[in-house]
Amino acid sequence: MAPEPAVARAEPGLVVAGGRPARPGTWTTLLRFARKKPLGAAGGVVMLVMVFAALFANALQTHDPIATDSTSVLARPSEEHLLGADHLGRDIYSRIVHGARVSLIVGVASTLLGSVLGGLIGLLSGYVGGRTDLVTQRVMDILQGLPLLVLALVMSAALGPALHNVVIAISIPIVPRAARVIRASVLSIREMQYVEAARALGIQHLRIAFRHVLPNTMGPFIVLGTAQLGSAILVEAALSFLGLGVPEPYPSWGRMLSVSAAEYAQKAPWLVLFPGIAISLAVFGSNLLGDALRDTLDPRLRGA
Amino acid sequence: MLTLFGMSLVIFALLRLAPGNIVDILFDSAGYVSEADKALIEKDLGIDKPLWAQYVDWLRAVVTGDLGKSYRYDQPAWQLIKPMIPVTVELAFLSMVIAVLLGVPTGVISAVRQDTGLDYVLRVFSIAGLSMPSFWLGMVIILSLVGWLGWIPPMIYVSPLQNFKLHLVQFLLPALAVGYRSSALIMRITRSAMLEVLREDYVRTAWAKGQSGRAVVWRHAFKNAVLPVVTVIGIEFAFLIGGLVVTETVFNLPGVARFLVEAILWRDYPIVQNLVMFIAIIVVLSNLTVDMLYGVLDPRVRYGA
Repeated sequence: MAPEPAVARAEPGLVVAGGRPARPGTWTTLLRFARKKPLGAAGGVVMLVMVFAALFANALQTHDPIATDSTSVLARPSEEHLLGADHLGRDIYSRIVHGARVSLIVGVASTLLGSVLGGLIGLLSGYVGGRTDLVTQRVMDILQGLPLLVLALVMSAALGPALHNVVIAISIPIVPRAARVIRASVLSIREMQYVEAARALGIQHLRIAFRHVLPNTMGPFIVLGTAQLGSAILVEAALSFLGLGVPEPYPSWGRMLSVSAAEYAQKAPWLVLFPGIAISLAVFGSNLLGDALRDTLDPRLRGA
Repeated sequence: MLTLFGMSLVIFALLRLAPGNIVDILFDSAGYVSEADKALIEKDLGIDKPLWAQYVDWLRAVVTGDLGKSYRYDQPAWQLIKPMIPVTVELAFLSMVIAVLLGVPTGVISAVRQDTGLDYVLRVFSIAGLSMPSFWLGMVIILSLVGWLGWIPPMIYVSPLQNFKLHLVQFLLPALAVGYRSSALIMRITRSAMLEVLREDYVRTAWAKGQSGRAVVWRHAFKNAVLPVVTVIGIEFAFLIGGLVVTETVFNLPGVARFLVEAILWRDYPIVQNLVMFIAIIVVLSNLTVDMLYGVLDPRVRYGA
């Protein structure tokens, strides 16, 4: 673990409200980020590897991830099966590579859906204010009052097992969190002089909200998204583990750990070990990246 | 109160989104469907009524303390849930103790030794806790016990009256898995709260007066950093229940959370509704407790009459 150089200061020029100064090139920005936040960069690399695995799962696989093979039931990790095989003789390495696809799709889709929906609610609530704001905040309180997993659990049970239903179930608990963050940032932006100027010019409210206020909430929005991605992946794993998540035949990391697999855990610990490591690494990566992005884009929230 | 009422509406609405009801499931598994029988059973269970009537029925029942009857077991819900409550409460309590014992000291140390190697190790340790699914951690704990000690922890519930030591071990393992995760958040908040307080002038004064490090850190600084920490502990306590859902399943403990999963899979409406409502009430109560604690911990917070 390389120690991070003394705390990074707020990075002017990365996200600037209002005018656009000359921006450094993308590569320069990335390099500077990597130097200042080695942990965050490491997280970014982990996420890149995951995206790579998801994109090229078909090329990276050594076996068909859903083909059963009676000759290699519970096979030990070997040259043939890099990470061993499960109780149906399916290759674990190939399943993990394909599982990255499911985890990433579900994670990204539900995070996007939840934060966009929540973001719009937050924008409306914060910009309009007054009674609308009050009512919206109460509803968000109610949604946030239930533990994330319990809410997703009830949702996915209510909607039935299907990929898009899992995405919806996981996105709902994200909505109130997104709404709150975006609302807070809208509340401060609303009072800025350039918004007042826009209003004085007679620009319509809708246009001000979307063209002038919304773009400036992008910082918190990105931070929120990266932070929620990790928990979305975790919730997907938990749902699939309980049999309420992504249905067969998609190989999902959570279902690889499910009760039916756990029964063989003593004879074949690789069954449990590797998918769990995959989940942990993916979430670890997105948490590290999220932390570093938060420090860089939103110094006020540092360490929170 | 209003929050609870809203929650009851949300819970009810969510459950009624579900395609199919318990009668369909029972009939599917029985393999025959007679429309007349089905209608009779539906009437018996009260799910033939319009939705609003079902909602009003349920609300009236909850308010009068009648938790209804489980469709699946044909028993009053309360009788089924009652023996499970101590299991979950004990597990939640143990997890919380572990989370606080692990989270608060590491957070304080990490803040005092900011940007040293120790700080980095502790922070990575805490982010790792946030990253591992607690059910997987539980499995790994069991596996490593089996692998290194050749000892299999009991997988059937041991009552504390039968064998207290075994019972405690049985509960400590899942509590460790859940508590580690919660400790991560507590550690992060403790660290940032301490960092803020440690920069204050009065802390520098305390150092300047030559007080011992321990006195400055714990008596002067920590006392003022404790408020956000208590807040996050309150939030964590509510969210712990989410973690218990899977952990109780892994460790095969007969608690409320595991029962909730079963009930959801069976679409046992009364049980699910009441359990989720129960969780909602606990969340609201723990938030309230935290608010009350503010007044005790910080004399500057006063509640108007």
